[in-house]
Amino acid sequence: MTGITPEIQLPEEKSKARSPFQDSLRTFRKSKVAVVGTIIVAFFILLAIFGPWIAPQGINEQNLKLRLLPPSSAHWFGTDVFGRDIFSRVILGARLSLLVGFASVALSIIIGSILGILAGYYGKWVDTIISRFFDILLAFPSILLAIAIVTALGPSLFNALLAIAIVNVPNFGRLIRSKVLSIKEEEFITAARAVGMRDTRILWGHVLPNSMTPIIVQGTLAIATAIIEAAALGFLGLGAQAPQPEWGKMLADARIYLINAPWTMIFPGLAIMLTVLGFNLMGDGLRDAFDPKMKN
Amino acid sequence: MTEPLLKVKGLKKYFPIKAGVIGRRVGDVKAVDDVSFEIMEGETLGIVGESGCGKSTTGRSIMRLIEPTAGEVYFEGKNVSTMSKEELRKARRDIQMVFQDPYASLNPRHNIQKILEEPLKVHGIGNDKERKEKVAKLLEIVGLSSYHASRYPHQFSGGQRQRIGIARALMTNPKLIIADEPVSALDVSIQAQVLNLMKDLQQELKLTYIFIAHDLGVVRHISDRVGVMYLGKMIEISESEALYEKPLHPYTQALLAAVPVPDPDFMRETQLLTGDIPSPANPPTGCAFHTRCPLKMEHCDQRVPLLIEVEPGHSVACHLYTEAFSNDNK
Repeated sequence: MTGITPEIQLPEEKSKARSPFQDSLRTFRKSKVAVVGTIIVAFFILLAIFGPWIAPQGINEQNLKLRLLPPSSAHWFGTDVFGRDIFSRVILGARLSLLVGFASVALSIIIGSILGILAGYYGKWVDTIISRFFDILLAFPSILLAIAIVTALGPSLFNALLAIAIVNVPNFGRLIRSKVLSIKEEEFITAARAVGMRDTRILWGHVLPNSMTPIIVQGTLAIATAIIEAAALGFLGLGAQAPQPEWGKMLADARIYLINAPWTMIFPGLAIMLTVLGFNLMGDGLRDAFDPKMKN
Repeated sequence: MTEPLLKVKGLKKYFPIKAGVIGRRVGDVKAVDDVSFEIMEGETLGIVGESGCGKSTTGRSIMRLIEPTAGEVYFEGKNVSTMSKEELRKARRDIQMVFQDPYASLNPRHNIQKILEEPLKVHGIGNDKERKEKVAKLLEIVGLSSYHASRYPHQFSGGQRQRIGIARALMTNPKLIIADEPVSALDVSIQAQVLNLMKDLQQELKLTYIFIAHDLGVVRHISDRVGVMYLGKMIEISESEALYEKPLHPYTQALLAAVPVPDPDFMRETQLLTGDIPSPANPPTGCAFHTRCPLKMEHCDQRVPLLIEVEPGHSVACHLYTEAFSNDNK
């Protein structure tokens, strides 16, 4: 713009209106690491959805004549102690692990967001009660707390999911709370109040959408942690129960055959590692894309 | 005499200072301390002062964006200070605000259409089509184009964003607009554009402004009357011309003397102020200005001067004039 003109001169071309979210998405797509992570995650999601049609065998088709066979063309990942095809079980296990990952994180985000928003927006005694509750939960080592919860509820995959969700609530709650605290001091929130908006409209229409980006990033990374925690609980016999092909449980069952039949352990372990890696790479990419400091 | 559009009486805002683990109240920051003034319809009142003197807090307290500690605000004869939350919300349709920082006052996730039509939605004005037309119309009025409605705030420059902020304030056809340093975040060339826009809008739409700024030149350009604040108090208020031609309070004189003059050979006559503005948490006794006043008298640190009308329409809070005034009456 040059000089003092009453009308602001703008280029006449009607350039595309891009929201900040769309901008972030472009940054995300440019990052190779993020794309690789997304491909891995997408691959496992496809496995989870189409597993039953891809897997050559079911989860519990035992054949004791074919016990502990090494990988071959018939059984790509070998067979376990009951003669079950490990390749099929790993594929079918994807559904369990991803389910636990997504569902537990979704649950923590929902509970954590509600508590965090209330604490951050209303402050005072509401904040004190909710924040102390978070502090109490955080005082326990997360896996110990999860074990305690599962022990109290009884070992099952669903209870493991619940336990992981509860353990993660304070992480999201605090994140949202701090974000809400900073957002509510922004001038556009004051502007919204000046216009005459009700609290609920400000909260859901302005505060929450602007607090979401760190949640998306943290959520993606938390899925990876949740999958590991679910595997750990499964490994300890507190999560998925036999014959569910949960990867952690498969590791636990294969433990005693580590020397004689390492493939029983390697492939479920690799599956865990790859999924977690995928989510972590994707999460890192999202963080870079959403971080306003990375932009011009 | 007609009723003023807005009447502010004894407005106070004290921010508590808390200390220790239990948050014991150990003192107050007197951000706004007993400020009173009136504004007639169609008038512009400028409020000037150094940063931290409470001018923004005054503006926000009038709208109860910050709940005032004490005082009454009458808008069109109705007492705003005692309104319920819902009444206040409805009253805000007639009192709107333009903010200082055009980069922070627009929600970055909403496009301009959404930002501008939200005030209408909130107050249940018009249907979808009417709202869209109104947005397009106001964008044209503030010097943008209707096709900008689909863009997002980050795609605009500071001056353009401030125009959007003004358009938002105008959406509900308000009677009073409180402009809190609307141009201080903008380049000087853009400042003039936005000021002229505000002036034109005032004539066309019969608006009343409270114009808060620290730039005396800007305030002179737009205001009919000007109030000068120092440490939470209104120390001088007068018709714009009278204040700039013949400032009465030593602080106002010093402020005006500090305005740069575009003449390299110009020699300053008045001594510039030294020292910092004292802390509003611990304001000086008596006249708050006595610590920096070049004309300090003996009892200035003991008695608080009151704001008295010394000439028609020109009030000042300074012992220099209260003395003369009371002596005359003897």
